[in-house]
This record gives sequence, structure tokens and C-alpha cells, in this order.
Amino acid sequence: MHPRSTRPWLARYGLLLALVGISLALSLAKPGFLTVSNLINVIRQIAINGILAVGVTYVLLTGGVDLSLGSLVALSGVAAACWAHPTEFPVVVPVLIGVLAGALCGAANGAVITWGRVAPFIVTLGMMTVARGLALVISGGKPVSNLSRAFTTLGSADVLGIPVPALILAAVALASHLCLRHLRVGRYVYAVGGNELAARASGINVAGVKLFAYTVCGACAGLAGVVLASRITTGQPNAGLAYELDAIAAVVIGGTSLSGGVGGVGGTLLGALLMGVINNGLDLLNVSSYYQQIVKGLIIVGAVWLDKRSTK
Amino acid sequence: MPVLESADVVLEVENLGKSFPGVRALDGVCFRLRCGEVHAVVGENGAGKSTFMRLLAGLETPDAGEIRFRGRPVRLRHPHAARQLGVAMIHQELMPFLDLTVAENILMGREPTRGPFGWVDRAAQRRDAQRLLRRLDVPVSPDCRMRELGVAEMQAVEIARAIGCRAEVMIMDEPTSALSEREARALFRVMGDLRRQGVAIIYISHRLEEVFELADTVTVLRDGRHVVTGPVNAFSRQSLIESMVGPPKSRVADFQSQIAGACLGGGAVGSDRVAAEEAAALVVRGLSRAGAFVDVSFAVHRGEIVGLTGLVGAGRTELAQVLFGLVEAEAGEVRVHGVAVRLRSPRQAIDHGIALLTEDRKHDGLVLSLPVMHNLTLSGLDCCSRGGWIDRRREEKVADALIADYGVKVAHREQSTATLSGGNQQKVALGKALLTDPDIVILDEPTRGIDVGAKAEIYRLIRRLAQSGKGILLISSELPEVLALSDRILVMRQGRLSAALDPRKTTPAEILHWAMPE
Repeated sequence: MHPRSTRPWLARYGLLLALVGISLALSLAKPGFLTVSNLINVIRQIAINGILAVGVTYVLLTGGVDLSLGSLVALSGVAAACWAHPTEFPVVVPVLIGVLAGALCGAANGAVITWGRVAPFIVTLGMMTVARGLALVISGGKPVSNLSRAFTTLGSADVLGIPVPALILAAVALASHLCLRHLRVGRYVYAVGGNELAARASGINVAGVKLFAYTVCGACAGLAGVVLASRITTGQPNAGLAYELDAIAAVVIGGTSLSGGVGGVGGTLLGALLMGVINNGLDLLNVSSYYQQIVKGLIIVGAVWLDKRSTK
Repeated sequence: MPVLESADVVLEVENLGKSFPGVRALDGVCFRLRCGEVHAVVGENGAGKSTFMRLLAGLETPDAGEIRFRGRPVRLRHPHAARQLGVAMIHQELMPFLDLTVAENILMGREPTRGPFGWVDRAAQRRDAQRLLRRLDVPVSPDCRMRELGVAEMQAVEIARAIGCRAEVMIMDEPTSALSEREARALFRVMGDLRRQGVAIIYISHRLEEVFELADTVTVLRDGRHVVTGPVNAFSRQSLIESMVGPPKSRVADFQSQIAGACLGGGAVGSDRVAAEEAAALVVRGLSRAGAFVDVSFAVHRGEIVGLTGLVGAGRTELAQVLFGLVEAEAGEVRVHGVAVRLRSPRQAIDHGIALLTEDRKHDGLVLSLPVMHNLTLSGLDCCSRGGWIDRRREEKVADALIADYGVKVAHREQSTATLSGGNQQKVALGKALLTDPDIVILDEPTRGIDVGAKAEIYRLIRRLAQSGKGILLISSELPEVLALSDRILVMRQGRLSAALDPRKTTPAEILHWAMPE
């Protein structure tokens, strides 16, 4: 029972059905799809997009948008890598530095949006360029390499057969689900996105709620940046180009409204998973990556169109 | 069903039905509208009036039944289709283009153009708009931006637009709910003109006096079904209310005794109110805000209902917003229980024990996308959370108690607030505001656009609040309501308090005298 519970069953379970249906079709077409190693491959592939998508869910729920995610991934990856050279610091230091870098940029976004009253689109578009520039400045335009083993295992190691990035995604998603459904601030995120004026007239600190959403979103981008740097074993100032679009696409496929107030983390995870499964399936079917882009685009529009129709 | 018998029937509806998830909003409704008649459609909130009108205006499509326009079956799949046939709707929640001028709004979609590329002839546009506004006798400049107008003026613009479209059928959904007495008079005169020109008007209103004054025919809807249709003089106020409410009749009697009780109760608390101003729950001194109100001073005591009335635009709502911290005052002082307070945000106002029921529940009262329960607890989550964690069980208990207490009709506490009728939404908004256990309750038009049954319940609630010792500032344009409920009446005129009257001695005429601009 949650805010979507009054929607018709097709709207609630349609995405899950689509995921199951596509998976079944793929496993029939390619026996290689439904194997443990391939499925683990899928969740490894979606981990970074998933973490970004969960973070940006907060922002989209408030009715805002964050276009700076890709650049934050690069900035925090580079920042973390600078502190991750062997024998310098324990591995938590670069991780925290990366997350903090993302969170600070997110907070800056939120501050300008709330107190400066500038549209989120504009502010985060600016941050997109600023953060990319910062990443280039810090790294001197070159990849930051020579990272400690401890740091690089984050992105490549498995625990009980499950990739660490996927475990991080699971932790972030679970924490976010609890926050949005059971914490006051989570409730306020929905209220602000649903009707900002009514939220204010109900005594909610609207600026604080938005600041929270953008900061969490930035922190998630920071974490995603750390995971990416660890996986590719370098801090790349040019990493993460256009990642924000895939993340937003996953959230929207997951049924969160771009105008805010409706949706949630569960849908976002399903959305990210659906995108991952389709990517993986097309790879297995040897579809060229050019065509894959066309398919992805059509799925984004189609999913939202179906969602709109089924809720009518 | 009787067949079409005369040529002057413009619009005919047969067995119209419409469902929303979980609600059968309209069920087998039949209706017939003649040229040049004012046909009132009445019913309690949730009776299906608004849904019916939305179907006629092409804003929704019916699930069942048929709509015939001049004997021809039509499918109104789009508001534009209805408009082309000549059906225009003056909407309850107006939808003008706020950043365009009045002239552009009036001629939206049929701009006078010149040349092969559709170059808009601005001079002609302005002239046409001016002509229509003159006919309505509204002093609004066609060059004004919509945003700068008040609700009443916006409505006049909407009507001008409909007249300009040569509408044959005009649907007016609660057109007077935001109008002052004088503005309503002007509207009625326009309606008379339209009727003489053969325009058929469907008129929805909760104000039965207006129905009896204006309408030729009345149709009553109840629970989405057609109850009765007949000439207006075949009804009395009593019989009309009875058919709206339906059996059991006890509800009607209940309502009347409630009103009677409210009238008698007026002086009960008043006698021993000689207490010093310091004892007052709320004291306002010299409060001013540029462009809204100047030098306003008054007090509200514990257990007292102070009625605040005036014409639209007199500054009442702005005063309420200042007292609730939504906007800041520029000068003056507010004291709560004798202590001067600064109200910079609604949170601070709530912490000082002030609650506000906002004028427009859809605009800034409720988050319609949230379930009923979440709206009810939105202001008072403190009472059902520990730290930042919401205690689900407690929240459900609190919400259920509020739903029962205020008689909100819901299928389930998780029901989407958007699906409730106006009266039920208002009860949710009220429950939300009162959950914070305020000492001072500001009610801005608490019964605007809701039906008699819900009104009676809200009146009862207001008295109950006063009896429990809360100070109440009741802002209302409905004089009978102010007269019946208040212990004291304040009248605002053009941003200033013009009079403080005793409801037992004053008359509507006297109130109006103080409310009208000099």
C-alpha cells in the first residue's frame, strides 16, 4: 500500500510483466541469456546507471531535474582516484572523498535552485559544464591512474558471487526506498513535487526538502563515480558523458512522473533492469550498437506512452 | 424515453454514463435543454454535476449514452469539438492564459487576421474585445495582462470569450462562488440578455436563492443519477433540498436545526468578554502590506468566532496569508497570547498555534496526488513519527480518527485525494489544518463551492471548535453564513477595516453598506 496503490493493476505490474515477458522471449531465443553468469553480467552492467537513477528519483519526485549527473560521475571519479594511490590512505578515504564531491555539487545545485530561484534545468545544465571543467582541472586533463588494489577491487570483486557494484546499488536502493516511504523527509519529497504551494502552506520547509533531494542525488552520482573509477581502474575526466540521460530514462520508464509527486524507487529499479536486460539481449542477438540506440529511444517513449494510457 | 417533440431543444442527453476507477460518477442521466432557458442543475457535492458538465463540454468522454445537439447525435471527443458546436463552458476552476492580455484571451483561437500568412490584426482584436467587455459592463482594459486580474474579472473575461464565440449553450459551473454581490448582479443581468437572445444556459450553483431567482427549469442529480426535472416554480426551497439530499429526511431536519442552533448560539460566549486585550488569543495592531491592506487592528478571543467579510479584493485573503506567515507584513504587530511574534513561514505560524484553511483547496490546500491519509497528516507528522521515522500504525490510527471525526466519505484512507468530491476534499483540508491542535483557526471561505449537507457539517464543526476554546477568524463572502456563525463581524473595504458589527443587531444591508467602496 503506497501512493500508487489506487492505480489499476496494469499500471502497477505492467513494467514487471514486460520485464518477465522480454526475459522469457530472450531465454527462448538465446539459451545463453538465462544463465547465472549472464544474469550476473546484467546486474553488473546496470549497477552504475541504477545508482544514478535511484539518486535522480529524489529530484524528479520534487518536480525538478538534474542534468549534471554525468559530469559529477567524472569529477568524483577523478577526485577519488587522486586519493587512491597505493600505500597512501585506507580505501574509505577515496570513497568518501568521491561521495562528498558529488554531494557538495548536488548541494550547490539545490542552493541555487531554492534560494536563487533559478530553474533546475538551467542550474544543473551549468553544473554539468562546471563539474566537467573541475574534473579536467584536477586531473590536468589526463586520466588519473596507478590506483591501489583495494580501491580497484570495489568495482571488480564479487561477494558470494554477486558483484560489489550490484551490492552497492542494492544498498542504495533499499535505503532510498525506506527513506521515501517511511521518513518524514521522504513524505515531504512527494508533497513538494505534488503541490509545492500546498506543501508550503502545510508548514513544510520546501527549500530544505529540495536541498535534501539534490544533495542526495549528487551523493549518489559521487558514489557511482567512485564505482566507475574503480571498475576502469582510472579516474577519467571524460567519463560519464550523457549518463544523466540514461538515468532519467530509467526513472521515467519506472513510472515516476517528470512533473513530480508520483513514483518511487521500486519502479526506478525495474526501469534500470529493463534497460539492462534489453541491452544485454540485443548484444546476445548480435544487434549492432547503432540499432541498439534506436531501440532504447523507442522504449523510453513507448514505456511512458503505455503508462499514460493505462492510468487514464 | 419521450422522443424529440419540438424544434427548440438544443441539447438532449440520453442515458449518459461515466465511471472513474472505483466510482460510478454518472449513471443513466437524461437531460434536455431548450433555447433561451436557464436550466439549473443542482445536487450535493459528488452528485455528478461537474462530471456531467465536463462530458457536455468535451473535457471527458462518456462510457455510455448519447448526446444529441439539435437532434443530431454528436461525439464530443475534445473541448474544441464542443466549442465548434457552440457549447461553451465557464469553468469552476478558470483556465485562462495568465501571461497574455485580456484581448488575446477573449479572442483565443479566433484571432482576427490579415493577409495570407495569418498576421494577427491587433487593433481589431483589441476593438472586438472592448466591445464584448462593454456588453458585460466590466471595467477591465483589454490590454491588461490576465495575471493582474482578480478572480471575478477573470470570470467576466471568460464569459466575454464565450459570448464572442456565439455560443448557443453556455455552461456555468458555480459562476458566482468567487463573485461579490454586486458582481453577481452584473452577471445575472448578462444572463438575462443572453437568454433573450436565445442562448441556453446550464447553471450549476449551490446557492438556491440564485436558482429560484434565475432558473426556468431545475434538474436534480443525486449520486450520479437523475432524480427529477421540472419548472422551477414547481419546487420550494424545502422540496428542492429534499430531492437533493434524498431519504432519509432526518438529514434535512438536522441541517435546519443546526442552522437554527448556530443562530441562537451567537451571544453565548459574548457576555463575559470584557477581558483585557492581553487575554485575547490573537491581537493584530496596525498591520499593513502594500497593495493589500493598511493599518488593520483587531483581536480574536478564545472561544470566539470573528467573522471577516467584504467584497472580493478587499484584502481579506492577503490578511490571512500574513497571519499564517505565507507572506510578510510590512508594518504592524501580531501578538499570540500576549506575546509579539514574527511570522516568517507557515511553520512558525503553526508552532505558534495558528492554523489556516486556505481559500482554494486545489491551489494551495491539498496535495491531490497523495492519498487521503498523507494529506491529513501532512502538517502534523510530529504526532505520528519518532525522530524522522513515520510510525505507520500511529499514522493510520490518526488518519482513521480524523476521517471518522470529520465524516470524510472515502472508500479507503489510501484513496487518492484527487478522486474525492469538493466537500470531502474540504473536510480533508480542514482535518489537516486542525491536526496541529491550533489555538487560532483562520478559515478562508470554508464553504466555498460545497453542497448544503457538507456546509451544515462544517458549520457544526466551526461551532464545536469555538466551544472547545479556539479563537476563530471566519473569512466569508456569504452573509447568511457570517451572520449565523459569528460573535462579532468585521467588514473590510479596500484594504481597511471599515466596521465592527454585532451580528444580533446588524442586517445584510448594513454589512453591504460598509463593504461597498465609498
